[in-house]
Amino acid sequence: MNERELSELYQQVILQHNKSPRNFGELPEATHKAEGFNPLCGDHFHVALVLNEDGIVSQVKFSGEGCAISKAAASMMTQAVTGKSIADVQRLFGEFHALVTGKLDPEKQSNQLGHLKIFAGIRKFPARVKCASLSWHAVVAALDKKNQISTE
Amino acid sequence: MTTLDFNKIRDDFPNLAITVHGKPLAYLDNAATTFKPLAVLEALDTHYRRGVSNIHRGVHWLSEQATLAYEDVRTKVKLFLNAKDDAEIIFTHGTTESINLVALSLGTFFKAGDEILITHMEHHANIVPWQMLCERQGCVLKVASINDAGELDLDAFKNLLSDKTRIVAFTAVSNSLGTINPIKDLIKLARANGALTLVDAAQAVAHMPIDVQALDCDFLAFSGHKIFGPTGIGVLYGRKLWLEKMPPVYGGGDMIASVTFEKTTYNVAPHKFEAGTPPIAEVMGLGAALSYVSKIGLAAMAAREAELLAYGTKTLSAIPGLKIIGTATKKAAILSFVLDGIHPHDVGSLLDLEGVAIRTGHHCTQPVMKRFGIPATARASLAFYNTFAEIDQLAMAIHKVREVFK
Repeated sequence: MNERELSELYQQVILQHNKSPRNFGELPEATHKAEGFNPLCGDHFHVALVLNEDGIVSQVKFSGEGCAISKAAASMMTQAVTGKSIADVQRLFGEFHALVTGKLDPEKQSNQLGHLKIFAGIRKFPARVKCASLSWHAVVAALDKKNQISTE
Repeated sequence: MTTLDFNKIRDDFPNLAITVHGKPLAYLDNAATTFKPLAVLEALDTHYRRGVSNIHRGVHWLSEQATLAYEDVRTKVKLFLNAKDDAEIIFTHGTTESINLVALSLGTFFKAGDEILITHMEHHANIVPWQMLCERQGCVLKVASINDAGELDLDAFKNLLSDKTRIVAFTAVSNSLGTINPIKDLIKLARANGALTLVDAAQAVAHMPIDVQALDCDFLAFSGHKIFGPTGIGVLYGRKLWLEKMPPVYGGGDMIASVTFEKTTYNVAPHKFEAGTPPIAEVMGLGAALSYVSKIGLAAMAAREAELLAYGTKTLSAIPGLKIIGTATKKAAILSFVLDGIHPHDVGSLLDLEGVAIRTGHHCTQPVMKRFGIPATARASLAFYNTFAEIDQLAMAIHKVREVFK
């Protein structure tokens, strides 16, 4: 296997999150919810979150089924958005989307991506951009009070 | 035993020699589209270099040549399908348009309560046009079930035929399961019941000989690009009796006999269904593809594919955690599979890095995926030019996928 390309797409961190995703499960006390669906490959996630009185995402969980990329991205998304305001989540989504579509070079342009930078390799696999961004679309839609998104 | 030198045949398809991610390409996505032999590339090139002209229009030499060549391909398709008459061959953009054309045109004769029977294994292209017809005219769509092997339930099919069934539309070969349907029997049953029949031959056309007179079907559709021809060209065969009665779907040039603002009279079939300038170069390419296939022989191709399928089935079945989806007794060279705990999409990406091109997803058959309780499959689909070594390359790559995800 082409080790360099393989490691760009399936980093150990991604494989780890796929195996044991964080914040995976239901969130009955959610204030905001959305469903993300990628009809092309059948990835299907529910994202649920609690927005507290200060307008901060205090809890977020996801459930559903998808490929390793989409599952790991969802898992890391829940970690990244916890404790953030709506505006911050939207900004971070913008940066993440620019990262995976190759419009942002995390080494050269300032950003708040942190660990999410490991998804930079996705830009070389255009067919997988939707996998990486599905849960992000869903969380932004949830905050926007839109309940359903589809990446098709 | 087949007598053709299949290694030599690979030289006819320049695309087979490319590398992907630094690995030799193993192209196992032939159900999506097939590679093109040099003869097809040359036909396209020749048309654009030396023969480019519109058809059925000019009196100049080039236009006459183009018209003759275009109509020659119609004759070639007629012979290929063993239709009775050139007028029964309509050029479309592909199978999808062919089926939509029947639903839009023939469908105008259907009434509320009329029934359309399809099967659970149809491609979306043989589901959605009928659903749209049902919405327009209040017809009812009936779906015959399939069993766990992916074979049509013949009793269910028979039970769903009623005196209200107007048309029965089914695929000859399932694109996601590989199942070969007993189309001759299905047509006989439908006809005995007074229903018309449409055969979706998109997956079948490059893998088995088709004789529309022996089948006795009313309509049959296929795409050029799945039989080593260009994209953007397809065929609808229709029984002349019906084509003569059916109204045109698109209006424009070439489909008319005369036009005034008061009254337009239509051309005869097949021309009344071919409005506007058709994909002329692609028709030339299709003609070259059919000649190529006839030269090799569909029987020889099918025999080779059967050997590849048997080897592929044996090889993949030996991989732990791999399950083949679609295990019909009569199968075309399609190997849909799932791997325990690994999403097909990840399988596809990792195989790609090994130079192995397969399709992953629902294959435009979402109801089939639902039937088997899976979101998607990985699908290797073989053509006569594939090799046993490529199947080994696939198996090796799957072992590596399992390593990465262990």
